[in-house]
Amino acid sequence: MPGAVWVIAEQWRGGLSEVTYELLALGRQIADDRGAALEAVLLGSGVVGLAESLGLADRVLYADSPAFAEPVGEVGSRALAALATERKPTVVLVPITNVSWDLVGLLPARLGVPLVNFCMDVAAVGDGLEARCLVFGGKMEVRAVPESEPVVIGVLPGARRADAGRSTKRPEVEPVAAPAPETCGVRLLGYEEPEAGDIDITQQEVLVSVGRGLQGQANLDLAEELAELLGGAVSASRPAVDMGWLPMTRQVGKSGMLVKPKLYIALGISGAPEHVEGMKDAALIVAVNTDPGAPIFNVAHYGVAEDLLEFVPVLIDKVKEHKS
Amino acid sequence: MKTLVLLKMVPDVVEELEVAGDGASLSRDFLRLIINERDENALEQALILKERHQGTVTVVAPDAPEVDDVLYTALARGADRVVKVTGLEEGVGSAEATVTVAAALSSVAGLLPVDLILTGCQAIDDLDGLVGPLVAHQLGLPYVGIVTGLDVHPGGMGRCLREYPGGVRGSFELDLPAVVGIQGAEKPPRYVPIAKVRAAMTSGTIETVAGSPPGALPLRVVEMKKPEVAERAEMIAGGLDDIASRVCEILAGRGLL
Repeated sequence: MPGAVWVIAEQWRGGLSEVTYELLALGRQIADDRGAALEAVLLGSGVVGLAESLGLADRVLYADSPAFAEPVGEVGSRALAALATERKPTVVLVPITNVSWDLVGLLPARLGVPLVNFCMDVAAVGDGLEARCLVFGGKMEVRAVPESEPVVIGVLPGARRADAGRSTKRPEVEPVAAPAPETCGVRLLGYEEPEAGDIDITQQEVLVSVGRGLQGQANLDLAEELAELLGGAVSASRPAVDMGWLPMTRQVGKSGMLVKPKLYIALGISGAPEHVEGMKDAALIVAVNTDPGAPIFNVAHYGVAEDLLEFVPVLIDKVKEHKS
Repeated sequence: MKTLVLLKMVPDVVEELEVAGDGASLSRDFLRLIINERDENALEQALILKERHQGTVTVVAPDAPEVDDVLYTALARGADRVVKVTGLEEGVGSAEATVTVAAALSSVAGLLPVDLILTGCQAIDDLDGLVGPLVAHQLGLPYVGIVTGLDVHPGGMGRCLREYPGGVRGSFELDLPAVVGIQGAEKPPRYVPIAKVRAAMTSGTIETVAGSPPGALPLRVVEMKKPEVAERAEMIAGGLDDIASRVCEILAGRGLL
């Protein structure tokens, strides 16, 4: 029997991330195809209860220590590398999220094994694996074959439905001793919470979201007028926040918020995977972007390949007409 | 304080990307390369720290088309030394390029040891490896990524803020030397007039050091193509007026107007 397929379970602030279940669903398929066991690996403090909810895995290895209470890449990668060296899994799936991102880079470096990054699907092919990955900000898809195993695979959110990764079965749960480094040069002192007081974009039914294509803060009025007409608020992609056009509380995506409004209008947003992750579950997505090949049109329901600065004023007039 | 910034060039995705004849790589014919955006933020943060605490900033990048312009611009912005690592084939993977650059650092006279190594926490071509973690591991230094704020305190301690989901940021203390993967600098990258870049091209020097690529590629790309999606957006075409009317119809049909 080939070595196990591992899923690194992601816990943060006392709960398991949804993406953990997505990875379990993917890992289950790989393990079944190669006749291997599926093992979830969980680092945390007081996490026995969480371990038992990972029933799609054949076995859950958990290391319980105050040192693992918070996800710190330097700490987790050392512990996981030591555990992997002992247990010899062949495939290690790590979620690409802000919680686990440092692990995606550090774990293969420590183990001296290949990384397959930005992966959206993995299939067992013969004795090996073939991964489908999104590169160049979602502009290209590659099929990639790791030349050796073990291999660490960074998996994008949304690779499988989280529901497919849940099970009522109780897995075999095994406490393991993973070394918690005394010092690793990096210490988490605490968390800074986002500033309150601004609009909560996760509670809005309509979001008009702006990206780099807005070109400048001076054009924000257009988005605000449209949002107001539609009874919603303005949100943003990362570049618009980085340029200081909107506060971080309005950011949609990996470092920002996950939103599920009834309507999401994406203005001048290219649709990089980090942004799409935050808005793909909106009920209706209308995207406006000058580039007809922009990845945002892969998730939008309706697309308009026009310059937003020319199109939005016309749309505002039409909406006003409609409402009167 | 000695700071090293690692930069690399990546395809400009604003331009149309085409697949090469081998079906597994990017066509180089019309490919435009730009500096990895987060690496540019890393350079900016290094320059901010230099202004605050004195010291030097050295920039190292693997050789690539257009990289000279980026390195001269770095000099014009305030970097003290710029170094290009040659000997890498075009289109080589992120991991191999990174390992080559990391190995070449020790052959740059007077460079190591440094107090800080800054680089972007991610690049759009990081298919087989991430620069920061690989370099940190090779040099035996600690690493933190997705950092948006960084400062150095007396006694050689670094303090940084790392992004977690939902707008939450973790506050970290770092033993120096350390490698930091930068997401954003405290300020957007500074503008430098073209005249200053031209002056740097005349008076500045790009040092070169030969890298020896380790060879073996752990990951083989067998196919590259534009993503096929189950359902692409229905594109609404026509005059702006017609498109706007159609969008209104769609919204009204869903009770959103």
